Amino acid sequence: MKQQLEALRAKAVETLSSVNTAAELEEFRVKVLGKKGELTAILRQMGSLSAEERPVMGALANEVRAYIEGELARVSAEVEKKAVAARIAAEKIDVTEPGITPKLGKAHPLTLVRKELENIFTSMGFMVAEGPEVELSHYNFDALNTPDDHPARDMQDTFYIAKDVLLRTQTSSVQARYMEAHKPPLRMICPGAVYRSDAVDATHSPFFHQIEGLVVDKNISFGDLKGTLEEFARLFFGPETRVRFRPHHFPFTEPSAEMDVSCFVCGGKGCRLCKGEGFIEILGAGVVHPNVLRACGIDPDVYSGFAFGMGQERLAMLRYKIDDMRLLFENDVRFLEQF
Amino acid sequence: MVLPIKWLNQYVDLSDVDNASLIHELTMSGSKVETLEYLGEGIENVVVGRAVSVEKHPDSDHLNICKIDVGGENDLQIVTGAQNVTVGALVPVALNGSELPGGIKIKTGKLRGVVSEGMLCSIAELGLTLHECPYAVEDGILILQNGTPGEDIKKTLGLDEYCIEFEITPNRPDCLSVVGLAREAAATYDRPLKLEPPRRPEGEGSVADYLSVSIESKLCRRYMARAVKDVKIAPSPAWLRERLHAAGVRPINNIVDITNYVMLEYGQPMHAFDYACLDGSAITVRTAAEGELMNTLDGKERKLSADMLVIADSKKPVAVAGVMGGENSEITESTKTVIFESANFDGTSVRLTSRALGMRTDSSGRFEKGLPPELALPAIDRACELVEELGAGTVVGGLIDVYPDKVRPGSIKPDYKRINQLLGTELEPEVMDGYFARVGLEKLVDGSLEIPYWRSDIECTADLAEEVARLYGYGNIPTTMFDSVAEVVTTTPAQELRNRLDELCTGLGFDETVTYTFISPKYYDKICLPADSVLRKSVKIINPLGEDTSVMRTTALPSMLEVAAYNQNVRNAAASLYEIGVVYTPVLGEDGEVDPEALPAETRKLMLVKYGAGESFFTLKGVVEAVLERVTGIAPSFTALSDDPSFHPGRTASVTLGDIKVGVLGEIAPAVADNYGFNDRVYAAELDIDSIVAAGSKKPSYEKISRFPALLRDIAVVCDEAVTIAELSDTIRSAAGKLLKKVELFDIYRGERMEKGKKSVAFSLSFADENGTVEDTRADAAFAKIVKNLESKHGAILRS
Repeated sequence: MKQQLEALRAKAVETLSSVNTAAELEEFRVKVLGKKGELTAILRQMGSLSAEERPVMGALANEVRAYIEGELARVSAEVEKKAVAARIAAEKIDVTEPGITPKLGKAHPLTLVRKELENIFTSMGFMVAEGPEVELSHYNFDALNTPDDHPARDMQDTFYIAKDVLLRTQTSSVQARYMEAHKPPLRMICPGAVYRSDAVDATHSPFFHQIEGLVVDKNISFGDLKGTLEEFARLFFGPETRVRFRPHHFPFTEPSAEMDVSCFVCGGKGCRLCKGEGFIEILGAGVVHPNVLRACGIDPDVYSGFAFGMGQERLAMLRYKIDDMRLLFENDVRFLEQF
Repeated sequence: MVLPIKWLNQYVDLSDVDNASLIHELTMSGSKVETLEYLGEGIENVVVGRAVSVEKHPDSDHLNICKIDVGGENDLQIVTGAQNVTVGALVPVALNGSELPGGIKIKTGKLRGVVSEGMLCSIAELGLTLHECPYAVEDGILILQNGTPGEDIKKTLGLDEYCIEFEITPNRPDCLSVVGLAREAAATYDRPLKLEPPRRPEGEGSVADYLSVSIESKLCRRYMARAVKDVKIAPSPAWLRERLHAAGVRPINNIVDITNYVMLEYGQPMHAFDYACLDGSAITVRTAAEGELMNTLDGKERKLSADMLVIADSKKPVAVAGVMGGENSEITESTKTVIFESANFDGTSVRLTSRALGMRTDSSGRFEKGLPPELALPAIDRACELVEELGAGTVVGGLIDVYPDKVRPGSIKPDYKRINQLLGTELEPEVMDGYFARVGLEKLVDGSLEIPYWRSDIECTADLAEEVARLYGYGNIPTTMFDSVAEVVTTTPAQELRNRLDELCTGLGFDETVTYTFISPKYYDKICLPADSVLRKSVKIINPLGEDTSVMRTTALPSMLEVAAYNQNVRNAAASLYEIGVVYTPVLGEDGEVDPEALPAETRKLMLVKYGAGESFFTLKGVVEAVLERVTGIAPSFTALSDDPSFHPGRTASVTLGDIKVGVLGEIAPAVADNYGFNDRVYAAELDIDSIVAAGSKKPSYEKISRFPALLRDIAVVCDEAVTIAELSDTIRSAAGKLLKKVELFDIYRGERMEKGKKSVAFSLSFADENGTVEDTRADAAFAKIVKNLESKHGAILRS
């Protein structure tokens, strides 16, 4: 029996040395250590042993079992380790293959610009106001100090619905409505669609977008206009931006100005974008004309204000280097998905 | 307005100012410079030469070999084809290595074996015409009237000249003149303006013997006239021709040139007509008879209307007032007596007339801005002065001046304190007075300022503030930040909703579009709206650019379908597009038609459009569900809709939130798809923003999560095709009661193993109870009730 146990041990060691898989290990365990296994078969012979031999053989049998179990555990750990390594090796991927991205949509460049403008001005305390696009000529012209015979009122420039109803030519119409409805202090911007009778080409569209701004309170000055718009220019075009105000004329402001910003491509040295001037014209602005305040029920001797307006298309085209305005309204997905 | 810098210097000495500084300073003081042009641009190395000898080319009948003295040590040998070069003639010589307009380069070369060291030039080769050089010929070399050999031809021909083009704003018609811009330059640089009133020639005899004038319309505010007799029509002298050319006006003859010169100089359009062509001696300024015909100077017949102002003799109109003269009284070679007109016409009338006749002229462009009647006097004096200077004729004595309502000069009291307030400056009154004086605002004894007639744009304190600001310098005004009370900035629920929809739609893969809001009425046909559909009643534009953009849309669907069609046409295989677009619903009058006087309701729609591989009704429906549930917290419900003509009758649903209908969703109807030429099925949804806002939003409230495991059961039933999933799941829910937490459809089977007209529908059911484990018996009881109700309500049989 002793020989049998020793033989079993030797055979077990040999067998284990050539085992490679978890299944083989299990097979070995059942065959050697299982209830009907070889060790049990040997132990069944215990009954035939003498009382002196039994404890000796019992001890030997336990030692053999413990030894085999120990070997089994050791080999099992090795096999496990190999299996994990094999799995890792088999599962290796090429991490440079493209990711599987959920398709995200893109906001329209005009919306991107509008939201940026809204964020800048709301952070300065401006409300975002809205007004109708089909508008009374009263708000589009009369209240804005535009004389009855002003050329802008011509059918050549303005789309009319009826004698006194038109498609607003400027978001300034909302200024007039806002001033009528609210008491100073006022601080608002109004982004929106406007219409002018311009044939479609690379730089014109009969339908386009502006954003208008208005501040009215006691003691508002041209200096405040400069401060506000300079701050805007730095936030929108970058902290290095320099601005320049030039005299201009609008019926609804006096004094009026146009604002240029230093070219953000060449920094003012002169390039193709700024046509060598170093500056790019961005917006029109001015101190609100007293006739406008008066027409909207605000006393121009007590209050003053400034207003400004700019084209969203122009800003979007400058920002994204879009060279043809028609692209903005064509809505080709190959265009839309670039922003 | 084009301003030759030399002409400007006649009135204000800026000889020490370089062009760049001039452009900058004038722009910053309010006269915006568009471009700076050099008249001699493109002409390089072309000089005056004197022909020393002219000989026939030995090998050519038509070529001549000339020796030309160009002021150097040696004469040049130049071969020319022209026959008009004679010994002693002064000619333009393009030297070896020279350049001519149009980028033409001249080099020494051989012509029929003879070396030619340059080229003799014609007027065309120098970019000129007979108008600038009336002494020249068109088919030969330009024979110069003056010049010394070697002199740069640009100097000889007055092309060594810079001109500035200004953008003049409509409030400053005075700046549409050399004198006006000179005033601005003098004010900008604080230098004296060298402008004397023109001398008024006494003349011989009396104009009253020639002419009488009467004004019959208020549209003419002043009419001045003088006569010139013994006129000798001839080209103007070189200096005058060169100035006109520099300013962009074509020289014609001395009399016409004088009228144009005075217009450029003073800004007052003038007219000259041939006295001999008048019927009678009475000039009337009147409105035209409706349909009255006349031929204008450009040779076109014009049909006039009753609101147009004309200058007429006893029988016929001789000019469209302020716009263009008539052919019938044109100045010609044989003109002997000329009438000069210097008048003032109503700006709006001139503008409307010139627009109606399609004739914009230098004259109408000035009148339409509104000119002061006072300007007529210096202009007519200047014209007569020039007649004498040029020896163009004899000025007749006397001056006709019909001026019914003389304009008195206005005045304004400067409010120095308010001006400083408006500008944010602290300028002393004396400093402001200095600026006022520079722009011609004379201080009167009472402290007010007299407004010069050419500055009628100055009316109020704000206008004075602008004068101060632009001369002080916009850049010098201190930059400040207003400190008015801050308001709380809030957005409206609709604005908030739109912002969230933007985020959601882009997050769900939709690209945003921006489409025109005016459309063609034909778009309504394309989406198959019935003839009597109320959506066809749109706000109409009276003067659209074209039919394509002639009505304000009542639905944004066709705009989106156009975009889809465009993308399919350019072979974009798939597209998911959205827009939050405005639609315009008109107010209808009692007759049921659009009331154009009433402003339409402007509302916004969320438009979603999708096409491409894998897209179906359900991919778009899923987006609509996700978007609406996310923004409102309410699960939308969908009911089949078969009567929207734009949508597929079997694949369309109306969408409701609670009990508010918010829109429609579906596949585009086959007929509509045909109209757009879709080659791929297109799915669209139109959801009304205001309705979504009105549906409110359900704030989430926490529901206890069961700590006990849920019990899952699947159920599959066979039912008629007509039974909807919504009906089945509603029945399941109501039969099972609170114990049932979730019902999820996981399979619909229609196929060979299914009877025709039947379908098998499988749901997964999840039972749970927050207070304890769900025992099988409770689930069994609920399941049995579900099976029973499905059968009794829908004839749906449990699939074995």
